Order: sequence, then C-alpha cells, then structure tokens
Amino acid sequence: MNNFKEVFNRYAWAEVQASISTKTTADVETALHADHRSLEDFKALLSPAAIPYLEEMAHISQQLTQKRFGHTIQLFAPMYLSNECNNICTYCGFSFDHKIKRKTLSAAEILQETNEIKRHGFEHILLVTGEANATVHVDYLLQALQILRPQFSNISIEVQPLEEEEYKTLHAAGVHSVLVYQETYHPEVYKEYHTKGKKTNFHYRLHTPDRIGAAGIHKIGLGVLLGLVDWRTDSFFCALHLDYLQKHYWQTKYSVSFPRIRPAEGADQARHPVSDAELVQLICAYRLWNQELEISISTRETEKFRDQILSLGATTLSAGSKTNPGGYSVDPETLEQFEISDERSPAQVAAAIGAKGYEAVWKDWDRFY
Amino acid sequence: MEPLIIADKSFQSRLFMGTGKFGSPAQMRDAVLASGTELVTVALKRVDRETDTDALLSHLCHPHIHLLPNTSGARTAKEAVFAAQLAREALETHWIKLEIHPDPRYLLPDPVETLKATEELVRLGFVVLPYIHADPVLCKRLEDAGTAAVMPLGAPIGSNKGLRTFDFLEIILAQSKVPVIIDAGIGAPSDAAKAMEMGADAVLVNTAIAAAGDPVRMATACRLATEAGRMAYEAKLAKQNNRANASSPLTAFLHEQF
Repeated sequence: MNNFKEVFNRYAWAEVQASISTKTTADVETALHADHRSLEDFKALLSPAAIPYLEEMAHISQQLTQKRFGHTIQLFAPMYLSNECNNICTYCGFSFDHKIKRKTLSAAEILQETNEIKRHGFEHILLVTGEANATVHVDYLLQALQILRPQFSNISIEVQPLEEEEYKTLHAAGVHSVLVYQETYHPEVYKEYHTKGKKTNFHYRLHTPDRIGAAGIHKIGLGVLLGLVDWRTDSFFCALHLDYLQKHYWQTKYSVSFPRIRPAEGADQARHPVSDAELVQLICAYRLWNQELEISISTRETEKFRDQILSLGATTLSAGSKTNPGGYSVDPETLEQFEISDERSPAQVAAAIGAKGYEAVWKDWDRFY
Repeated sequence: MEPLIIADKSFQSRLFMGTGKFGSPAQMRDAVLASGTELVTVALKRVDRETDTDALLSHLCHPHIHLLPNTSGARTAKEAVFAAQLAREALETHWIKLEIHPDPRYLLPDPVETLKATEELVRLGFVVLPYIHADPVLCKRLEDAGTAAVMPLGAPIGSNKGLRTFDFLEIILAQSKVPVIIDAGIGAPSDAAKAMEMGADAVLVNTAIAAAGDPVRMATACRLATEAGRMAYEAKLAKQNNRANASSPLTAFLHEQF
C-alpha cells in the first residue's frame, strides 16, 4: 500500500523551516510570475519575504479562484453527533480530562437536529464526533447515515481515524468526504499536545488520508491547527501531504481548512498565534500553488474576516454553526467544542455572500452519486 | 444562416451556454438571454429535484431556451446512466450532456466509460451529447454507437486557453457525420469565432462568460463572434497563401509552341 511516510521522512522540520525563512524577494517574484507553481514556490509565498507582496497575492488568488469556482460559495452546516472523547488534546473543549456533560445523539435526536438544520436550507452537512470507540463506532455512524442520507445531498464526516475497510463501508453508506486534520506535522510537538488516547499515535493519523484515498472516498480534507507551532513550516508539510495524495489518489478531490485555535472551556490558548494578515497570506499562498483546492473557512473566524476572505480564495463556508451535540435544537445548552465568532444565521451569511456579488450555493451534489 | 439540426431539434443560435460560476441566478439569466442561446446545460447535481422552486431552473424558464442536463459528478458509465435517468425525470427531457470525468482536478473525460455510457443511453432512447477529448477515433466510435453529436474539448474545462487541440479538431470536423460542438477551453469571443470559421457546428461557452468582468456584455460578444464565425464559414474563407504567385511559371514552356 502507498504510504506518505516515505515522502515525509525525506524532509527534516529544521531544514524546511530554515529554507522558508531564507527565501528572498527574488524567490517570491519568481513564484508570483510562474505559470505553474511548485512546492518551492509555495514556500516562497509563505515566507516572511512575501509579506510586502500580500496585496498582489490577494489579486492573483481572487482571479484564480473566480476562474475555477466562479462567483460562488458553497455552504454547509456541521452537526456534532457526540462530544464523548477518550483523547486528551490540551487545546480542545471535548478533551477527556474536562469534567463536562457528555452526550451522544440518539436516532430521534439526530432527526430533530436534521429538521432544524434543513429548515435553514442546508443540503451539505458535516458530521463531527470525538473519539469514543466503545459508543461512537462505525455501526453508530452507519445508523446515523441511514437517517441522514435521505435528508441531505452531500455528507462529510470528521470523526476518529478509521481503517480502509471501514471507510469503504461508510462510502457505500453515503459518505462523500472525510476530513482528518493532522493538527501538526511536528512529531514531538504533536506529543506535547496529545497526551492520552488513540490520537497520541502520530503516524496512524498521518497515514489516515492514504486509507481514505484507497477506499475511494470522493474528497479528503486536510489541515493543521493554527497556533500549535510555527504555522509556516507546518503548512508546508500539509501542502506536501496534499501534493503526495493528489498524485496517488487522482480521482479524489481535496480541501484544506485553516482552524485557528479558539478559546474553549478549560483548554490551552494558542502558543503561536496566527494574525489575520498571516492567515490571508497562507490562504493566498495555497491558492496560488493549487488552483483546484477547495478552501473552507469556518465560523471560528469573525464575520468581518469571513466577509472579506470569501472573495480572496475561499470556496466553502459553514454558517449558523453549533459546535455542541444537540446544539441546534435538542440541547442548546451543552458545552461547545470551541467558541463561535460569526454568530449570524445561515440566511444572513447567504445575504452577505450575495452582497459581495457571489451566489451562495446550497446544493452541489446529489445523493445518488 | 443555416439552422443547426441535432436529433429532432433545430437551432438558430450556434452558441450553447453553461450555467455554472455566475454570481447570482439573475446574472446568469441576463447573460443567457444576451447570448441568444437556445440550449443551456445545467448540472443535475446543482438542481434541487425535490422542489419545483429551484432557483437555477426558475431563471431559465423561457420558451426559446431548451435545457440540456449534464452528468457532471459521475465517475463511471453506471453513475452517468443513472444520473441521466434522474435528469430525464426531473427536467422532463431525454437530451443529456454526458460528462464523465473521474479526475476532479482537470475534469478530463474518461473515453472508455463515455463510450460505454453512450451505448447504454442510446439504447434507452436518449439524445446523447458526450463531452470528450479531441480524439478523432473516439468520435467515429461514438457515431457508431448512435451519438447525436460529439463535444470535443479545445482545452481543459475552465482553462480559457482556446483551441489547443486545433489539429485534432480539424480531423474530427473533416470526417464527422454528426454535429461537432466544441466544448471547453473557449476563453474569448475570438476563440468561438475561430472554432466556427473552421467549421464547428456550434460552440459551448461558460467560464469565459461567467468569469468575465461583465458577463452580460461578454455573452453578447460571444453571440456576435459565433455568428461572425459561422457566417465566414458559410461565405467560404479565401484561402491563405504563404507564397506569392511566381511571375515566371516553371512549367509555362509546356504550353509554348515550338
């Protein structure tokens, strides 16, 4: 079986970091004017040397995104199925060591949440869980999918890493996309933040996209959690991962997200915060490097930031999100995974998209595929 | 100008349009109307099949506009055939633009699955318009399978790169028994004009219009260019000639009286 490890092992963190920090103005200009941009160009666009070129990068990013995706923004809603979790992740509100009320939605509750989400017009949904293999296992997900598949045109999941056969089963049951964020590609730093549970296994997580690709899932979403460590170097590794996956699983689409650590009950704050300007640079660098990549911006970001970034390279937004199981209707008072910044309703977000001259797209898939 | 006949329909306009990438359904409608097109393609995956208030479709309700559903999203012949059947039900047309691109990056069509799906769809009574590479042999195979037209690409979808497959399009046009619609890659009105001048039966344009600064004016420009190109084709272009005519012909002596 293919494995990203062979590629990953050829790169040393310190060398990549040094290579990015020593990129020059000339490297940035070469990258800006290239027809096809390589990973070396991506490094240049990520580098501190590219900061003075941010406006130019934003213009190119906007043009490339409009050419590929048009004046459209895809909308989706997350549905948190469970906050049970056996992992300790020091930045997360659902971490095992937090004494919060745990909840996993029943079939009836899933249906109740579905009705509330559908009421706003959503056709694309993202199912989110923690990692609690005794209760929130593949059979639980299959039961949820049985309820959800007739209700939504497109279903994505963000759950614990699974085996290839399990992904095949979920694919057959209607899962279109799987999101699995490495959080950080720095193995030692990863250990510091992930101190207990199955998630402590850096390499099992690292190989997960290979298993998803081999299972024939339509779309794989990657990302690093911004704030854990140097975002520039981490993002290079994420791009390296995407580059590898695109070559090996050529029938698969790819998306990338940029979660910045948000305040959460009892959790760590970001040790390496990423500024708005840095996040814009990162998004533009990704777009300049990869024109087909879907770029998703969640409600972790503020209303003001989202309204601007939607025309600079983003393709997908969540809206009206609740990050607690039952948050839409069943039990709105349970503790959320992280605090939402953009609290507008889906209709208000769609109107803001329209005001920028873009169309909010609610349906861009059909459940029969 | 001569009307274009495909299956049981006759078209005055030889410009077909795509409906994706517009900033709003109203902008899409205005561009479609400005283009003068009579055939617009709609991705089945974008259509809400369960309500009759779909925003995209409600903006295309004009008596001169025919809908051409497409199977975008299908990766195999099986998926495409199923999509076509759903489209027939939802949009009440047996016309289908067959798109099978298993590669989501460049959206290049799969020739093997496309041929298989064409055979099956023809058997099921569809009017099939397959999106394909500019592959002359595949075009002949599709003709044999009963395709209503062929839709070879000028360049990858959305690339706006123009007629990069020019030499192969020439071969296809020279030998095709069914209408040839050049689809994908047409990035400017001049590309549409060029395609029509070389004898294409129609062109399909989407990104060049939808991603333009002013989509409605660009739709008008594409209409004019398509008409100009077709008119030039019907008027028969003067031949290009790279050399001047020799003033002293080398074989003139043959006609001289000795």
